[in-house]
Amino acid sequence: MQSEASNETLSNAGSHVKSKLTATEFAIRYGFIALTLGLVLFFSVFAEGFAGPYSAVFIFQSVAITGILALGVTVTLVVDGFDLSIGSVATTSLMLSSYVLVVWEMSAVMAVAACLVMGAVVGLINGLLIVKMRVPDLLATLGMMFLLVGLQRIPTQGRSIATGMTLPDGRVAEGTFSKAFLALGRHRFDFFIDNLIPVSVIVLLVVAIVVWGFMELTRHGRVMYAIGSNQRAASLAGANVNRYKILAYMISGVLASVGGILLAARLGRGDIASGNNLLLDSVAAALIGFAVLGAAKPNAFGTVFGALFIGILLQGLTMMNAPYYTQDFVKGAVLVVALVFTFALSKRGGAH
Amino acid sequence: MQKEAVKLTGVTKVFGANDVLRGIDLTLNPGEVTVLMGANGAGKSTLVKILCGVHAANTGTITLGGELFSPSSPSDAIRAGVVTVHQSINDGVIPDLDIASNLMLDHLTAPGAGFFLNKRKHRAEARKIAAAMELNVDVSQSVSELGLADRQLVAIARAMAHKPKLLILDEPTSSLSAVEAQRLFSLLDRLRDTGAAILYISHRMSDIRRIADRIVSMRDGKISGVFETVPLNYEGAVKAMLGHAMTDVDIQIPEAGAPVMQISDVSLRPGSKPFSLDLHANEVVAITGLVGSGKTDLAGVLFGLRQPITGRMCLLGKPYHPASQRQAIKDGVFLCPKDRASNAVVQDFDITQNITVPFLDRHSAFSFMNRGSERATARSAISDLGIVCQGDGDAIGSLSGGNQQKVMVGRWLAEASNLLVLDEPFQGVDIKARRDIGHKIRETAGGRATVVLVAEMDEALEISDRIIVMADQTIVGDHRNENIDLGAVLSQVAGQQSETTDKTEHAI
Repeated sequence: MQSEASNETLSNAGSHVKSKLTATEFAIRYGFIALTLGLVLFFSVFAEGFAGPYSAVFIFQSVAITGILALGVTVTLVVDGFDLSIGSVATTSLMLSSYVLVVWEMSAVMAVAACLVMGAVVGLINGLLIVKMRVPDLLATLGMMFLLVGLQRIPTQGRSIATGMTLPDGRVAEGTFSKAFLALGRHRFDFFIDNLIPVSVIVLLVVAIVVWGFMELTRHGRVMYAIGSNQRAASLAGANVNRYKILAYMISGVLASVGGILLAARLGRGDIASGNNLLLDSVAAALIGFAVLGAAKPNAFGTVFGALFIGILLQGLTMMNAPYYTQDFVKGAVLVVALVFTFALSKRGGAH
Repeated sequence: MQKEAVKLTGVTKVFGANDVLRGIDLTLNPGEVTVLMGANGAGKSTLVKILCGVHAANTGTITLGGELFSPSSPSDAIRAGVVTVHQSINDGVIPDLDIASNLMLDHLTAPGAGFFLNKRKHRAEARKIAAAMELNVDVSQSVSELGLADRQLVAIARAMAHKPKLLILDEPTSSLSAVEAQRLFSLLDRLRDTGAAILYISHRMSDIRRIADRIVSMRDGKISGVFETVPLNYEGAVKAMLGHAMTDVDIQIPEAGAPVMQISDVSLRPGSKPFSLDLHANEVVAITGLVGSGKTDLAGVLFGLRQPITGRMCLLGKPYHPASQRQAIKDGVFLCPKDRASNAVVQDFDITQNITVPFLDRHSAFSFMNRGSERATARSAISDLGIVCQGDGDAIGSLSGGNQQKVMVGRWLAEASNLLVLDEPFQGVDIKARRDIGHKIRETAGGRATVVLVAEMDEALEISDRIIVMADQTIVGDHRNENIDLGAVLSQVAGQQSETTDKTEHAI
């Protein structure tokens, strides 16, 4: 009833609103970018120390891991799926890399490889649950999230992993986080200023460019968008829907494990309590990304932009002495506004 | 005869710019099954929705048992004694509840129903309802454990518990097997004897023969024929429903080339009669038949969506048994499916992206898309088919239905094929767009075999070199589209051939 009424008003008013509509369109398209620039300007003027290379790098660094996870979520959103397990894949990766280094005393390469394989396998299982077992995506990945949160605690009986810890069988773990592994979290590349850009930021940028290129420029990305928009039509056009869906969850799993590796390298210990906020933050970034450039759909550029937007806002507010406990509130408010942008104002709202 | 149960006088309904119902006068008598026939878009479902309280008529009056009847909501209509069983069976039952709760659902939601549920009383009442319908089931069983036919019977039993003056059944057998349908019919026979008026909507000729006391045909929002003298004139009813105002499109039948697709002894459903069919190069074949006659099943078999029960197919002389639509496309067999909104249009894509979806590898190098090549293909489709748009980057949703359909047809004409199957390509398309699409299909038909599935006879005559008639999952007629004997074709469409099978069914 309601939608009928609003359609009527739209069609009646159609001809009058035309000039105004372009203004709305402009707002939808560039609103978020304008808002971001405005925020940067505002904080540069009013927050001391905000404008500057170190602050900029700090913002990037603060959103790097979230952004990498968010890019994975974006890929699953593109095929009209959802991956709730990314946060727990990241923390599992954190614990697994620590375990490989500290308990098994293996090399950094082995630790990284083990995590990437774990992420791919979890993504594969998620995909198979959804495609073959027909479990709805939210439920399958929710189940996986629970499973992983529990699983990562079993080998250490729920304790964090650090050199010198006592293992369940009474031995003392003597492995250490190797230099090479720690470099992933602590090394900084020179960029005009010595020791400026951390590895995690480089990884974020590389992953973003690869995901963007894959989704926007290749035929695989095109098919994945087609599946997300109309799965049946894509399948009748010859797309292998199941394989692409599984691929999306595997990409998501691998990227989440990359996030976990970077987190482990930064912390230098297998901290059982870390990474609690990763899921919500990265989902928020991906959803905010819908609103960027009026895309009204999941997209890699928007996702990174969404993550940066939150980073800028939090950094600015912190520098203006906003207490830390307001952060989640601010993120939530931004998300709600972005969703209103996407669904109420853009063409997508009309289509539904 | 008793006084009429329901009488409609001058009922009209307008949606936006569309006159959906243009003055319906109709009387439904108690103790009589009236079958309502009409092509898609004739206005049947709107008429039903007015009767069951979903829509209100713009003008005209409806009386129920002599009193004025204008329901404001479906529950209002039910209370007044008009009960509807909808086409989709699962709209009529709640699968997760037990049979008793399903049968008693309307009592549970009725105003003034008690807060607490007395289970024993609840079941006892339900058992009474089931017994009255001779429904031999355990009412504590969950509906999800029942087969489709039993679910349908539960939905009807629930409807009958209201002691309706008018019972409306919208294609109730569309998902039932022949045996299950027989059970439904014997139930309807009993209902008719209790004096209820029954309005039965169906495309299936065998149903109509079995159950109809009279037939009302609808076309373009009007009653186009009422048939009530025994024996009923089924052929006349079909003609009245399809209309016979034929348009002149000059068909030049080209010389048929070598056979492209050879179908031998294929049966589409368990127990259906096997048939053989050769499709030749250069040839445009229309396959016509009522809804449920097997056209779409045949398309599915050709495109690898389903496997034939028996029989063989050969493509260009080689055995052809596609396991997936991907494989079919690779072998040069394309399907432009019906119901474009759900099966074909990618709503988030623009015109270009919609056209190139199946053939992305032709427009990419090392997986990277080549936009220039895509847009060139889209531009030539736009000019070839006369797609009305601002440019190749328009959102597909901004186009009219006819132009969207042109894009969908353009998608499959963009690459050469061995066999092109178009399922209802003129669905929801106005006459101008229909001519454009038809012209393009014929113009490009050289070198491939083309099959067009249409329910409307006009469309078949307008597009094809050869018309094949399907009924009951098999081929019942094959005509060259030249001085065609329309009467013979229409009687085949109406399923005159299936007379004998009908009789055997009755014996069961």
